[in-house]
Amino acid sequence: MQRIGVFVCWCGSNIAGTVDVKAVAEALKAEPGVVYSTDYQYMCSQAGQNLIIDAVKEHNLTGLVICSCSPRMHEATFRKTAAAAGLNPYMVEIANIREQCSWVHKEMPVGTEKAIILGKAAVAKVNLNTSLTPGESPVTKRALVIGGGIAGIQTALDIADAGFPVDIVETKPTIGGKMAQLDKTFPTLDCAACILTPKMVDVAQHDKIRIFSYSEVTEVKGFVGNFDVTIKKKARFVDETKCTGCGDCVDKCPMKKNPNEFNMGMDNRSAIYIPFAQAVPKVATIDAGACTMLKKGKCGLCSKVCGAGAIDYTQKDEFIEEKYGAIVVATGFNPISMDKFDEYAYSQSKDVITSLEFERLTNAAGPTQGKLLRPSDGKHPHKIVFVQCVGSRCAACAEKGKEYCSKICCMYTAKHAMLTRDKYPDTEVYVFYIDVRTPGKNFDEFYRRAVEEYGVNYIKGMVGKIVPEGDVLKVQASDLISNKQLHIDADLVVLAAAIEPDKSARPLATMLTASMDTNDFFTEAHPKLRPVESPTAGVFLSGACQGPKDIPETVSQAGAAASKVIGLLCKDKLTGNPCIASANEMMCNGCSSCERVCPYGAITYSDKEFRMPDRTTQIRRVASVNPAVCQGCGACTVACPSGAMDLKGFTNSQIMAEVDAICK
Amino acid sequence: MNKKNLREEIILRSGVNPKKCMKCGKCSATCPAYDEMEYHPHQFVNMVDTGDIEPLLNSDSLYKCLTCFACVDRCPRGVEPAKLVEAVRLSVIRKQGENHLTPNDIPALLDEDTPQQLLVSAFRKYTK
Repeated sequence: MQRIGVFVCWCGSNIAGTVDVKAVAEALKAEPGVVYSTDYQYMCSQAGQNLIIDAVKEHNLTGLVICSCSPRMHEATFRKTAAAAGLNPYMVEIANIREQCSWVHKEMPVGTEKAIILGKAAVAKVNLNTSLTPGESPVTKRALVIGGGIAGIQTALDIADAGFPVDIVETKPTIGGKMAQLDKTFPTLDCAACILTPKMVDVAQHDKIRIFSYSEVTEVKGFVGNFDVTIKKKARFVDETKCTGCGDCVDKCPMKKNPNEFNMGMDNRSAIYIPFAQAVPKVATIDAGACTMLKKGKCGLCSKVCGAGAIDYTQKDEFIEEKYGAIVVATGFNPISMDKFDEYAYSQSKDVITSLEFERLTNAAGPTQGKLLRPSDGKHPHKIVFVQCVGSRCAACAEKGKEYCSKICCMYTAKHAMLTRDKYPDTEVYVFYIDVRTPGKNFDEFYRRAVEEYGVNYIKGMVGKIVPEGDVLKVQASDLISNKQLHIDADLVVLAAAIEPDKSARPLATMLTASMDTNDFFTEAHPKLRPVESPTAGVFLSGACQGPKDIPETVSQAGAAASKVIGLLCKDKLTGNPCIASANEMMCNGCSSCERVCPYGAITYSDKEFRMPDRTTQIRRVASVNPAVCQGCGACTVACPSGAMDLKGFTNSQIMAEVDAICK
Repeated sequence: MNKKNLREEIILRSGVNPKKCMKCGKCSATCPAYDEMEYHPHQFVNMVDTGDIEPLLNSDSLYKCLTCFACVDRCPRGVEPAKLVEAVRLSVIRKQGENHLTPNDIPALLDEDTPQQLLVSAFRKYTK
């Protein structure tokens, strides 16, 4: 028989406000096995924990029930307390009387009654608890970074600088991501390429970093410290080890009319291409959909001009399997499609562009060599209208756009407006805004400079519609301060499109069993206290895959994710979770139901000899669980028809005892 | 009817929650009848929300709204200003206490092209 101590926490007024904690402690005294019961204001405090340790020694307790907050919050705390008192840490059960009781009930009698019932269930469970010892697993000292934008680059550099090998997997032919497409960066206006490309070179030259460009992750197995990842290296039809990046093939390629993704489709590239001058790796890639040699077997010009003999039309997709200890997701963002915003005439006029397209138009390496020219006729625009919040801050019921604020648009629009006025003082620039949100270091000062020093016309109100007429864009908008409807004949309109997570994020989250929110942003383990960790152990988050972020924030999060990875890879062994499944071989009928439902592949079947009561030997097929792989989800225990599978710490008998205690 | 009750009634009748408005002005930006109106769509939303409905009841703006629903279509918050205008308009029409349309008037007005929906909505608008 256990000697159980019950400790009821007030959590200040969080619990004590709607639960009569003294009555709970009193009621639980009468439960079988309970020899001591008390309450305290903050059980998790040092004084509260000492109270528990003293009680264990004084009353010779063998099991503890803590009636407090969610086990997610403080189960680990109280397990440590139990260990400090000389108990096995798994002799502790938490009755969640805060999140599942005091916070959801308003009246004291209801809250108290439910708290007592939850306490009784926990006592019934502890009566059947046994000591558990966690196993250990080794750590593969190598990290995987998925995504090669500024987030992935910074994370990889920080991990590699600490001495651990890192692989970057990037779907595009080059690393660099969105930042490589930008012209200047706010609020200091340094050129994006000038600060990014040295980092890209650092990555390329780092002896601890490998880059898998034009590649994607196709399968993830295993668990923290021991991930088995399959990476698909897409055929680029160019031998990376031989290509020198000279660009002769690009010049000679006759198929030159393919939309250039790097310039947002505003100019063309050849079928064999290098995305931009500073690409890393600087290796050509053949677009299989555009190349006549690959489609029809005719041409082969690139192969003829290639001095290095790097062209290989027979190249196939290659699958690489590698082991990793930690995975960092850095899949980034994209601007949303403007399809649902017909009122802005994006699809009707080439002169209505998104902000990312504007970046390319003003970039010296862009389609116009940095001259601001209208995409339709190449003329210099004089009246330019910027529209903010296109697709951001939309109600779900409006069925278009995103509910969140995209965070970066206010600042980059101020940057675009300011730079336009600076370079072309003959332009009239209008910015239509709902609110200007500039909560960053030197951000509001930057926006005020655009207004006060550069004469950008900021107008509070939205644009209602844009109609292309002749060579102007008729912009109809609200000026809410003057209570007027404005009509502007603009030459160029720039839409600050909302941003959304990259499309690759959703299937990746499924592979990683990492959780996402309704917008497909990855969820953090705790929004405030564990912002760079996914709830899935060993998976970390970096950059805009977790939420909209500007470059400084992305870089700080990248560093934070790297430090978490380094902390994990420094360990030689990881302590596992002892609450894992095990099969009772005598009861197992060999049906394989458990093997089929196990999401981790932890269950295998083998033939074993059994000595029967009549002294004969029988060979039976039975299940066994690999303790290093089992994550304790319990799916097998539900699937097992004979009751042979049981989850330690959550045995069938313990669960039934809890249910009985609640229903009594 | 006092100010508060009128606000509640208009909100109930229109099914519009003016609190959803984020005051971006896209409704007024898109309104084709803007210049005809004394009170513009975004003002309608705000005035109903603050209970300042009296001026709206007496304004010609009620009848200038074309019910084109451009504001409803484009509102990023799904506020549906045109429905609010319609609800305010109804409260004026109904206040007059007269039957502007009786079933006896119908046969004379009928022709093959008249959709049934028009009759139903006409009854809703013009009958006490």
